[in-house]
Amino acid sequence: MSAITPERTGVTTQTIEGGQPVRLAPNYWPFVVPALVVVGAVIVFPWAFTLWMSVNRWTLGQSRSFAGMENYLRLASDARFWESLWHTLTYTFLSVAAPMLFGTVAALIFDAKFPLRGLLRGVFVMPMMATPVAVALVWTMMFHPQLGVLNYLLSLVGIPSQEWIFNANTVIPSLVAVETWQWTPLVMLIVLGGLASVPREPFESAEIDGANVWQQFRYLTLPMIAPFLMIAVIIRSIDALKSFDIIYAMTQGGPGTASETINIYLYNTAFSYYDIGYGSAMAVVFFIVIVALSFILLMLRQRSQWIDQEGK
Amino acid sequence: MSYNPFNPTRRQLLQGTAALAAAGFAGLRPGFAAGVDWKRFAGTTLDVNLVKSPRSDTILKYLAEFEELTGIKVNAEATPEQQQRQKTVIELSSGKPSFDVVHLSYHVQKRQFEKGGWLADISGYLADPSLTDPGLVESDFAEAGMLFAKDGQGVLRSLPFSVDYWILYWNKELFEAKGIKYPETFEQLVAAAEALTDPSSNTFGFVARGLKNANTPVWTSLMLGYDMTPLDTAGKLRTTSPEAIAAASLYQRLMTKTAPPGVTGFNWAEAQSAFLQGKIGMWLDGVGFAPPMENPEKSRVVGKVGYGVMPKGPKAHASGTFGDGIGVTAASEKKEAAYLFCQWAVSPAMGARLLQAGAGVPFRKSVLEDPKVREGVTMPASWLDAVVGSGNVSRLALPVIIPVTEFRDIYGVALTNMIAGADPADELKKATEQFQPVLDRSEQG
Repeated sequence: MSAITPERTGVTTQTIEGGQPVRLAPNYWPFVVPALVVVGAVIVFPWAFTLWMSVNRWTLGQSRSFAGMENYLRLASDARFWESLWHTLTYTFLSVAAPMLFGTVAALIFDAKFPLRGLLRGVFVMPMMATPVAVALVWTMMFHPQLGVLNYLLSLVGIPSQEWIFNANTVIPSLVAVETWQWTPLVMLIVLGGLASVPREPFESAEIDGANVWQQFRYLTLPMIAPFLMIAVIIRSIDALKSFDIIYAMTQGGPGTASETINIYLYNTAFSYYDIGYGSAMAVVFFIVIVALSFILLMLRQRSQWIDQEGK
Repeated sequence: MSYNPFNPTRRQLLQGTAALAAAGFAGLRPGFAAGVDWKRFAGTTLDVNLVKSPRSDTILKYLAEFEELTGIKVNAEATPEQQQRQKTVIELSSGKPSFDVVHLSYHVQKRQFEKGGWLADISGYLADPSLTDPGLVESDFAEAGMLFAKDGQGVLRSLPFSVDYWILYWNKELFEAKGIKYPETFEQLVAAAEALTDPSSNTFGFVARGLKNANTPVWTSLMLGYDMTPLDTAGKLRTTSPEAIAAASLYQRLMTKTAPPGVTGFNWAEAQSAFLQGKIGMWLDGVGFAPPMENPEKSRVVGKVGYGVMPKGPKAHASGTFGDGIGVTAASEKKEAAYLFCQWAVSPAMGARLLQAGAGVPFRKSVLEDPKVREGVTMPASWLDAVVGSGNVSRLALPVIIPVTEFRDIYGVALTNMIAGADPADELKKATEQFQPVLDRSEQG
């Protein structure tokens, strides 16, 4: 950062960046105000308001009263909340793991040179471009136990019909299958970018040393694309955690509450039951969960960074 | 000489045109009384909030007629049910809604709107001959309609627009193949459903909603046959009563032994799709879902569908009744003009259009009983008979409470669990323990 001389500006604030003192002058503050106003209006105020609502007993159409920690205590004993939290974590884990696995495999395949590779890559990324609600409607029909094409295909190979999203035991894996179908291409694109940046020399050296394909992948490719994989994990985790449209359009959290994630429960609480106070408390707790998960992911990302021999 | 409206003779065409022109010069519109000063609020602009449905489509289709009749400009907005409910509640609770007229689902929103004081008292307007057509009287509405439209103190807060009775759609071809008659009782209903079920040919005797929330009215409709409602008149839950358990057991039996696999995830749309394929014996749901049955582009059962009144239960004969109404917001500054709009929406002319298109069933008896209106109904006669027959045994199927959605969700989960094999008595006990505090909280504050 360029130095600002105390003689010209009159220093009031000091921060440290890269070990060097940085000085900010009072007549530069007006330039920061628009940004502060925007951040305050769209981030700080909604959150402060959510926090305030979460400590109130407030159902739309009824009078509001201060509730203290009542809403949070209700959450602690709400089995449906804990169940939805578990569904959220399960759904997120599977919706990250499956696209990561298939996306990485697809990237390795598309990294190789073969005829029509460009065309096939284009076809492969098409699901990503579809609107989630349209995807949900199409898959709902495909999953239909009597009319759906999936059971027809299974019948051709002698496998009995499945109930897919219409059964409490198979609903989350079925929803994850849709999520995987749609978002595997994103992982593939990210990993493909990583593979393009991998140098060839270490592989030539490994081949001379007699490393087989698996060893080359395990000890060379994987460590070198790890930062890209972490980026893909972070993007997928954020997407899966906030997933709402596909679940709502396909199952509305059902059968029963078998696929009800926190997002769905929160939405129902706030906008179907109009229990704004309780919904806000749920949003605050969910925010804390997201921050904790983000912290873990950021730590993992730090560890996946390439380091040179000096450890920098 | 016979008259074909789709192929009139030259003379008939000229006669018709002359009659219309004469009516136009006289400033009259068919079905709208001359005693009412329809032009009193000419120049006013009204904002109308509607639920997107075939009913609101009918209103929107004929909106120009109202504007011409009254000189009132209407800005009408129709949004899907869930979104419309959220929008109206949020806006009404703010105290400054952006609309003067609101379309509401009585079976979900009645008590909530009452407690919020969101609808204007329109009793005075109904009694004012300069504002109200003499034919618009309380006695012309089905009893259920007036129950819905009046608040706890008997004050009229809206006008009943469209009623939805639950009927039994049945596949006559499947019944004939097995030599079975239409069931008159719950016992016969179960027997017919079981006799028609043959999983090896992918044929099932019965289908209804299994999806959480959507399934609760199925159970409460069955409960009416045991002469039981979910709450008593004092507001006490009766959901663990022997009758409630018997209705839940019946639901479980039908849905586990005679319904297609995956029915736990079925809302009305999935149930309808299954029935349209011709492999389902009976489908229990609202009368408003009938038009696709007779549409050859959508249905494989055209001409094969019977429409029956709900069979008699062990203790009562009842058809679960739901409905929507249209009212003036308490915050509106154009209440009288808004009332004129509501009156037009429930007028005999609009009711006839709803009925004849199969878009809905008006609450007004004069429309249902009018032979000319009946002649123009495009649905089969048995459908209209089922409508009229259901009206005779109509009973509200959902409790008039604020947390209707929670009621439907909590008991809906219990019913879903029953389809998976859980014990009805245990599930209802658990659901009641869960719902009681929600109900208690709803009337506080």
